[in-house]
Amino acid sequence: MQTQTTATRQQLPDAAGEPPAIELIGINKSFGNVRANRDIDLSIKKGSIHGIVGENGAGKSTLMSILYGFYQADSGEIKVNGKKVHIAGPRAAIAAGIGMVHQHFMLVENISVLENVVLGAEDGPWLKGSLDRARTHLEKLAREYELEVDPDALICDLSVGFQQRVEILKALYRGADILILDEPTGVLTPSQADHLFQIFEQLKQQGKTIILITHKLREIMAVTDTVSVMRQGAMTAEVKTSETSPAQLAELMVGRPILMRVEKTKSQPGEPILQVDDLRVFNQQGVERIKGISLSVHAGEIVGVAGVAGNGQSELLETIAGIRHAKSGTVRIGGVAAGVTGNSNAKTLRHLGVSHVPEDRHKMGMIGPFEEWENSVLGLHDEPENSGGFIMKIQTILQHADDQMQRYDIRPPNVHLRAENFSGGNQQKIVLAREIDREPQLLLIGQPTRGVDIGAIEFIHKQIIELRDRGNAILLVSVELEEIMSLSDRIIVMFDGHISGERDPEFTNEKELGLLMAGINEAAQ
Amino acid sequence: METIELAIQVLDSGLRLTALLLFACLAGLFSERSGIFDIGLEGKLLGAAFAAGAGAAVTGSAWLGLLCGIGVSVVLSLMHGLASITFRGNQIISGVAINFLAAGMAILFGQAWFGRGGNTPSVTGAAKFNDISLPLVDTLNNVPVIGMLYRELISGHTILVYIAFAFVPLTWFILFRTRFGLRLRAVGECPEAVDTAGISVIWLRYRAVIICGILCGFGGAYLSISQNSFFVRDMSAGKGFVALAALIFARWMPFNALVSCLLFGILEASAIAFQGITIPGIGEIPVQFIQALPYILTVILLAGFVGKAVPPKAGGVPYVKER
Repeated sequence: MQTQTTATRQQLPDAAGEPPAIELIGINKSFGNVRANRDIDLSIKKGSIHGIVGENGAGKSTLMSILYGFYQADSGEIKVNGKKVHIAGPRAAIAAGIGMVHQHFMLVENISVLENVVLGAEDGPWLKGSLDRARTHLEKLAREYELEVDPDALICDLSVGFQQRVEILKALYRGADILILDEPTGVLTPSQADHLFQIFEQLKQQGKTIILITHKLREIMAVTDTVSVMRQGAMTAEVKTSETSPAQLAELMVGRPILMRVEKTKSQPGEPILQVDDLRVFNQQGVERIKGISLSVHAGEIVGVAGVAGNGQSELLETIAGIRHAKSGTVRIGGVAAGVTGNSNAKTLRHLGVSHVPEDRHKMGMIGPFEEWENSVLGLHDEPENSGGFIMKIQTILQHADDQMQRYDIRPPNVHLRAENFSGGNQQKIVLAREIDREPQLLLIGQPTRGVDIGAIEFIHKQIIELRDRGNAILLVSVELEEIMSLSDRIIVMFDGHISGERDPEFTNEKELGLLMAGINEAAQ
Repeated sequence: METIELAIQVLDSGLRLTALLLFACLAGLFSERSGIFDIGLEGKLLGAAFAAGAGAAVTGSAWLGLLCGIGVSVVLSLMHGLASITFRGNQIISGVAINFLAAGMAILFGQAWFGRGGNTPSVTGAAKFNDISLPLVDTLNNVPVIGMLYRELISGHTILVYIAFAFVPLTWFILFRTRFGLRLRAVGECPEAVDTAGISVIWLRYRAVIICGILCGFGGAYLSISQNSFFVRDMSAGKGFVALAALIFARWMPFNALVSCLLFGILEASAIAFQGITIPGIGEIPVQFIQALPYILTVILLAGFVGKAVPPKAGGVPYVKER
């Protein structure tokens, strides 16, 4: 819409004489004192797959938001296919041929696929014509790119994989030539991700340009042609994927060498700490989420629960933590029945020696507007060491919090800072410190490194392994397969409320686990 | 025969009550579908009733009165919009404020202008919407049942009653067959999706709120210059809240809204008709109990029969761009 044809700087045509699909020159963007993007230069060749990696807060999302018109850059210019453009909003971005698939899907759940695709790209005031045209167009796109979706299905009835297809279709329907995908595989199984990458290849062959934002180096190595690395708001490197390695990329992201594999010795399992027998759990809507699960975790052992989000892992953790009640079955901690079918709650389980680092720390692990020291005693506030009955022992708590901050390297080391003002990694360390410091018999930990930067991931993994080596039991739930494989001594895969398989991490691979995550147990067939 | 006549009488006054509820309920539907909760329906009805009563009394034209009612109601809507869309305030608080404001201002201006304790002068003739007789009444008069139903029930209402019922299919059409309707449904569920599609969330919500104001304007005018012939203080008597209940009961769907408004309307009409009735064995039912009956049933219906009424997901939440 606001396309201007005056090229002010010299274009950089590639060997074929074609201008780059996207060219960013000297982009700067600040939020208050924070410089989210500083002097970003980026040039992406037409018809290529370009990866952008960086830690959380490195400025990837800000940069892409500028490209999609959500934000205006403070300075710098954007060229699309060699033409300078002013992207004032998403509408201008769409007009310039840029489409975006957001990490959190931008879909209206209670309306149909067709209506979602048409939303904002209608032909006129009446819907019927638009919907009919979209229907034929979608059929064509589905054939071209293997993106079949039932156009009349409601979004809420589709699996995440299909919802993602709808997002891609939305962009293609609007005529996008440049597709930005923000962390597209976070919600997919490995095989779904592979299918997505095949779609990328098809799009590429049709001359589309793809920008892939991710923190998974495996994906970068697998699908991209070139990759840019961002750190602290600046573009630190741009390399050809064929000429780099995951280790080099990780180092570029963090700024120091990173241990890619977690170092740990073989586990020495002792007696069983957690024994779950035939557990059945229903959610509030009366849907059975856990359909008869039995498992055990022994002292000095990490058991990893793999699976695509929403297959009952959350309910499993919450039931053992006492937050949710089971319909039937038993949970025993160190041989003591926890009463999860009726009278258990978080406190009774805590007194049995269970600690819980919840999957969603913002909702269940901390209180954002509370200060760090207050968060450091959440749930432990009425223990004798913290409370004299009516009055809290503030001095003791403050001292303990301060001490924790040193030992867990929580930065900035200020117990009076509100929890919401810490970075994701430091927030997780606050929760972890609180839960691990009690030296629990059993640690339940969900998504330990979600939204946590690489440097902190290393630290958190080390803490978990040290806890194991001190003879405690750990039940780990994560959707990151790499994390499950590198931390666990035993891997359980959950699918649709069942355990679809159990594997030794030494003798399995991502492919096999991926099939189990999709409910396919080859060994059993 | 008496029972039938009584039943028809109840249904007839039920329809008149339904019309008022429908205006308010559909008004709320537009606003809430866009993600703006509107507890200020009551205040807008009242403000519009006063303005319509005053406007009709001064100009002598019912239509100009209606226009005044719509004008005031839209201004109140825009205040709610300003507070909750632009300034991202709490929608419940803003709605409550509008209810108080309208109730107070109506009496203040009424006393200042007309000096009748806040009432507006009684209007007659062209300054009031009068009952209209539909064609064919005489022709059908001799047909049994249908003739009587047509004469007593369908015919003989003011134009506003017919407009209220016509708004039901119109609302359905707008909501499910137009571009604006699609966007409206989308913005109440997932404003991010609307924003990333390049559509202004703010402007869309303002339009919804303005439509809400227009419909409440009709409702208010219906109260003061169609159902009655002047404005009396607090004459909306909680109908805005009943309409809100009907909206939840209808799960934010236009034709369901028709059904639930009919239900609440006829309930209230029967309550009026059954005042002072004696039930054998129990004796006379207290008037207060009969009057409370529709509200008791409202609570029971909402608590027991709605099941999970899922309101628009983004309802009540001001839209702030992410990150």
